[in-house]
Amino acid sequence: MAPSKRQVDAFAEMKGPMTREEARIESSRCLYCYDAPCVTACPTHIDVPRFIRQIAAADLSGSGETILEANALGHSCARVCPVEVLCEGACVYHDWQEKPIQIARLQRHATDAVHAEGEPPFAPGPDNGKRVTIVGAGPAGASCAVYLRRLGFNVTIFEKRKLPGGLNAYGVAEYKMDQPTAVAEMKFLFKLGCSVVMGKEIGKDVPVADLRSDFDAVFVGIGLSDTRSLGIPGEDLPGVVDALSFIERVKAKGGKGLPVSARTVVIGGGNTAIDGATQSVRTGAGKVVMAYRRGPEHLSAYDFELEHALKDGVQILTNAVPVRICGKKKVEGVEFKDAKGATFVVDADRVIKAIGQTKHFALAKAFGLAQHEDGRLKVNPGTLATSVTNIFAGGDAINGGKEVVNAAADGKRAAWGIFRELLPGAAAPAGNEYWISTIDGRKVAPITPRSHS
Amino acid sequence: MSKPRLKPDLSVNCAGIKSPNPFWLASAPPTNSGAQIMRAFEYGWGGAVWKTLGQDPPVVNVSSRYGSMDLGTQKIAGFNNIELITDRPLDVNLKEIYEVKKRFGDRAVIASLMVPCEKQAWHEITKKVIDAGADGVELNFGCPHGMSERGMGAAVGQVPEYVKMVTEFVKEVSTIPVLVKLTPNVADVRFAARAAKQGGADGVSLINTINSIMGINVETLIPKFAVEGQISHGGYCGPAVKPIALNMVSQIATDPETIGLPISGIGGISIWSDAVEFMLLGSSSVQLCTAVMHHGFRIIEDLNAGLEGWMRRQNFAKTDDFIGKSAPRIVDWKKLNLHYKSVAAIDPAKCISCDVCYASCNDTTHQCIDIDRRKGNRKPHVLQDDCVGCNLCSLVCPVDGCITMTPVDTGLKPLTWEEYAKNGMKGYGEVYRRH
Repeated sequence: MAPSKRQVDAFAEMKGPMTREEARIESSRCLYCYDAPCVTACPTHIDVPRFIRQIAAADLSGSGETILEANALGHSCARVCPVEVLCEGACVYHDWQEKPIQIARLQRHATDAVHAEGEPPFAPGPDNGKRVTIVGAGPAGASCAVYLRRLGFNVTIFEKRKLPGGLNAYGVAEYKMDQPTAVAEMKFLFKLGCSVVMGKEIGKDVPVADLRSDFDAVFVGIGLSDTRSLGIPGEDLPGVVDALSFIERVKAKGGKGLPVSARTVVIGGGNTAIDGATQSVRTGAGKVVMAYRRGPEHLSAYDFELEHALKDGVQILTNAVPVRICGKKKVEGVEFKDAKGATFVVDADRVIKAIGQTKHFALAKAFGLAQHEDGRLKVNPGTLATSVTNIFAGGDAINGGKEVVNAAADGKRAAWGIFRELLPGAAAPAGNEYWISTIDGRKVAPITPRSHS
Repeated sequence: MSKPRLKPDLSVNCAGIKSPNPFWLASAPPTNSGAQIMRAFEYGWGGAVWKTLGQDPPVVNVSSRYGSMDLGTQKIAGFNNIELITDRPLDVNLKEIYEVKKRFGDRAVIASLMVPCEKQAWHEITKKVIDAGADGVELNFGCPHGMSERGMGAAVGQVPEYVKMVTEFVKEVSTIPVLVKLTPNVADVRFAARAAKQGGADGVSLINTINSIMGINVETLIPKFAVEGQISHGGYCGPAVKPIALNMVSQIATDPETIGLPISGIGGISIWSDAVEFMLLGSSSVQLCTAVMHHGFRIIEDLNAGLEGWMRRQNFAKTDDFIGKSAPRIVDWKKLNLHYKSVAAIDPAKCISCDVCYASCNDTTHQCIDIDRRKGNRKPHVLQDDCVGCNLCSLVCPVDGCITMTPVDTGLKPLTWEEYAKNGMKGYGEVYRRH
């Protein structure tokens, strides 16, 4: 079957780049708020008014530098960040003319320019003689690597997969960011001088003990593990897939070669379930039902994501607890129980599970790291040090699954934590002051009026 | 039953030159030819000052003639040109003046003139344009670029004695009103205006353009809008110059020596209310160029409509009812009331917490805005005891009507600086807190 027009368009970027004129006009709208709420709302505390003012002043590389100083992953965050609930959601325009500044697209305008220049806008710090290894080349690991290099550490990154980028490369819906963009960002950042070992899994290809002996510190940015199982009969039937594998397949082949589903049921109520559902629609699925076991008020997906799914024609079913996956040789449907206990079956030839991911219990155990009950690694919130000396962690592994921007913030915080741990009392090399000041949000000193002075 | 709508009379009489509305095209590229002016008149323009006529052979112009300055989303906040006077033969222009007047008898056609400072030359050209049917002449003593290097334009306008002399040359032979166009490139425009009056001018038009360089391309280090890598200073105009023009118009309208001298106001007029401002300060006609070059002749439709609607709302039946009405309110600083006090107030219902006022007040002016940061509040408030009423917060606030300047009754009798000084610097009531 030839791809329909819908399918071809479906993978186009939802938020395209801005032209110079668009950026000029949009950046002129920014009010340049004092102690701006958008900066507070950003987990990495990018100085949004400043970078927008730099765009207005036609200083794109300066603008890009402002962004990447505070958030090494600013290039992908511009594409994948849920800005509706972060910076753009905090924009003061909401109280006035309703339409907030398009911060994400402006950010992309600036970082695209820096990427086009080809070199990161900062240099590694002078070698401080310490070696740090990073487990996992996802957003947390990459962010940590950048800031460690700037502080003068020798950095080696181990990544078990073929491509760097973690979920940025494998798990982001295609219309937000394609895989080449994610991988290119990683390569751009690694130009700062990180050794990257691809295709090697710690604890399997490389013993944990080797890391402990060869490196002064370890940063664990391993994300989450496999999608949780439903624990219901029929889960092993062909046609039952987990959302991340499904999205990964869509991304790898642009949706080509994937058998077209007539009816897909996505189980779950979070943002990954939405991605699974919308990507299904975009690969030509005839009908897509997203089923969630609790009431609509408990759906964890962002409102704007739900709207997006509804626009795509996804049917959202709530209070539907899956009890059995039906089918003899392959999936034929899912049996649900509703709030009153009555059962019903939704026909399906594909079932996508999106009910969250499990944690890497085995690796945590191998390192001997203390965990919360739900499996998240326990860390010191200030430095992101784990329970084991000189092992640090960040990203989904400690927060249970948040945004790229949270992982980027963690990487930054951990890099500074590692510096203070390994070089106690040492001053950061020159040129690092700015990003360090953004870790907890820049301290904007209140300006004292006369009556107070 | 509703009253029949009063139709205000938009016509004006500026120094004896009559037109059905006060909007004239200034002497500039839009008035370069009869065909253009006729098109403008079809749209409804009240008058046109022909692009300056000179002696044959006509001048030649350069390639790259205009430059502009954009501000944010505003294209052409300021405009500049290095174009000279008409580059068409005099006979062609005279023939077209005749044709335009024949077709549009009710419109004002004013011939702008510029020839060397010789009596004979001014006599000849004045007679020729009168023969062609012009309603008035405008002596171009303002053009600041190119022609001034040849001893004409602003080179004349900057020397009051020359202004008077050439005005006299023209008045010797002119049977039609003579306007003198003044240059703003002087320390005090009143001297040239007085000279024009002494020379017998029927009125003055101002301002001409201001000496300007539009900028340098910082990538190439070459001046913007260059002629093969070089530029000479040009004449600056457009919305950005309006306050400068209003000041000069008001100076002439209030100078005891020139009070009552008819003025054709020029400088950054883009919309009807700009024109009204010039007229309230004493202009009996206004001239436009930059806004027309930006949007074309069609803008006359909303200029006329805007003026008419305003006159109706204000109950002005004719333009004479309001021309010059605000001029008496322009006074010397020493006449301002030191005991007048106003303070800022921020409407929390309208405030969007951008805190731009907070940063600007405390960093740069009088440090009297505070934010009560309890409970995550970001909305600033004015410490009114410290507020000096400078306006800055209300100027930077992006929200209409959010910050208002409110008069405060101090209970004190008005006191001007003039009186205060006469009083031996006694009697000032300290209406704001000085630090």
